[in-house]
Amino acid sequence: MERPIAAPRATPIRLRGLVSSRVVNTIVLVLVAVVGVLVIARIWHRGPGYFAQILVYGVANGSIYALIAIGYTMVYGIIELINFAHGDVFTLGGFVALALLPMFGVKEGQPTSAVILPLLITLVVSMLFCGGVNVLIERIAYRPLRHAPRLAPLITAVGMSFTLEGIMFLWRGPFFLHFPDLLPRARIVLGPDTTIGAKELTVIGVAVVLTIVLSLFVERSKLGKAMRATAQDRDAAQLMGIDINTTIALTFFIGAALAGAGGVVFGLYFNSLSFDLGFSAGLFAFTAAVLGGIGNIYGAAIGGLLIGMVQSFSDGYFDSTWTQVVIFAVLILVLVFRPTGILGMRVPEK
Amino acid sequence: MALLELHGIDVFYGRVQALRGISLELGAKEIVALIGSNGAGKTTTLRTISGLMHPAHGSVVFDGKPLTGVPAHRIVSLGICHAPEGRRLFPRMPVIDNLYLGAYARNDRPGIAADLERVFTLFPRLQERRAQLAGTLSGGEQQMLAIGRALMARPKVLMLDEPSLGLAPILVQLIFQVLQEINAQGTPILLVEQNATKALEIAHRAYVLETGNIVMSGTGQELLQSTEVQKAYLGV
Ligand SMILES: Nc1ncnc2c1ncn2[C@@H]1O[C@H](COP(=O)(O)OP(=O)(O)OP(=O)(O)O)[C@@H](O)[C@H]1O
Ligand SMILES: [Mg+2]
Repeated sequence: MERPIAAPRATPIRLRGLVSSRVVNTIVLVLVAVVGVLVIARIWHRGPGYFAQILVYGVANGSIYALIAIGYTMVYGIIELINFAHGDVFTLGGFVALALLPMFGVKEGQPTSAVILPLLITLVVSMLFCGGVNVLIERIAYRPLRHAPRLAPLITAVGMSFTLEGIMFLWRGPFFLHFPDLLPRARIVLGPDTTIGAKELTVIGVAVVLTIVLSLFVERSKLGKAMRATAQDRDAAQLMGIDINTTIALTFFIGAALAGAGGVVFGLYFNSLSFDLGFSAGLFAFTAAVLGGIGNIYGAAIGGLLIGMVQSFSDGYFDSTWTQVVIFAVLILVLVFRPTGILGMRVPEK
Repeated sequence: MALLELHGIDVFYGRVQALRGISLELGAKEIVALIGSNGAGKTTTLRTISGLMHPAHGSVVFDGKPLTGVPAHRIVSLGICHAPEGRRLFPRMPVIDNLYLGAYARNDRPGIAADLERVFTLFPRLQERRAQLAGTLSGGEQQMLAIGRALMARPKVLMLDEPSLGLAPILVQLIFQVLQEINAQGTPILLVEQNATKALEIAHRAYVLETGNIVMSGTGQELLQSTEVQKAYLGV
């Protein structure tokens, strides 16, 4: 059928392009090697215990990015939109939890047994709230633009991001907000110089459970299959009897619920929130989604973990001021060398 | 009154008019072929019936009820199934999931299981490949899957857009045979085909479409005999 025609012999122009791109590749590879050697030297210097500790922090950080990245990737997968407001939905999750906790009478210093149930309820309510907000955003801001040129919904998404940040700014002001420190301080010793705390375990646990539930839903359930079908071919999905508006709304809901959960565990972990948190967290998570292969849920989870590691290694071995640079360098390297990401699609589109 | 009727349908792509006052009908037991050269409006006609396109004027009437304003996914659950041009499988899902998606609008588990059996009997190849991703099937296998997926809907009306495109003659033979069998079991078929001879041979009736107009209609045999049709579409 659609056999590719034998490639024509390279013309001189194409050859020149090849040579120069090979030179660029070499330069980049050398740079990467130099950085690699530097990193290894530092890691060697600090010893294995420190390394393992940084790894633990990396997994905890990465779990939060994974929760955000999954929503980015799901929405991109189904309507090819980068939902810039997604990072702010994450912040919103934290803000909602911050407002809910006092309503349940939760205060710092209470025993864990007393806070665990209200915390769970807070988590669920924040997730539902964020899901609802994202569905609303889709309905009023993106759906009317579904047949418009691609740039229109993209710019609208940036606008929605500013809108959400503006609302949170007006709600709680420009300052860092203290999020109650509710989780036990206990730490489990994993080895010399390496411990894992209840906080890390909570963050990782929430991310793992939600990711498993999500993947079961998407792989096994009829609605999950309808979501994947809609992502792969929207017209064909309609011809199967799938209501694509519902499926797209559901995708926004689930993605936002996970991001909202991410916001809550972020608050619990770092005990601090601010209205513009979603900007950088969103960009990092977006990088994670691209790194994993945009549109692929497992890719987003893996990408999130990797970005979390990159961040904690950069913070732990170099300086946190370098972290953004490092992460965007990763994004650029991925886009140059493997634009489809780690788990990018290997099957032809049609 | 026929099962499916189109009355004076006008359809536009932006400012370009693709259909100009099309009227046609499909009876409860018929195979009706729609033939015409490239760009005549055959695909557009099917897309209008299945609700992917909305006519500017005219109406589609199914089983006595107008489909105006009914969204595409509801039209499927009313019993109209459209196997679109170019197969449009879900490439990153296995064969079996593609087949089950064909039955998405149904809820009768035993019926779905029976139809899956029927599809596997018609196309044993699909059973062998049930776990393979649809995007990695050969062209012919993909076409079988597209038809199998349409059958999984157990539709009241089956519409197929060029089901034989790009297939080896022996497979074309098989597919036309399958269509006749399905029709004999009681499913009316609206068939769009480039392979006009074959289509007219199995069709009870046919319409000839030219730049958005129906320029001729009659029984399959009548059109096969017609000199104009022979000249324009049968390459005689
Ligand atoms: N998405 C579109 N945008 C603009 N014009 C379109 C679009 N799709 C179809 N057309 C035009 O509408 C007319 C009818 O197209 P249609 O696809 O229905 O033809 P067809 O009879 O199915 O042709 P073929 O045998 O080549 O499949 C053509 O002139 C085509 O160029
Ligand atoms: Mg066509």
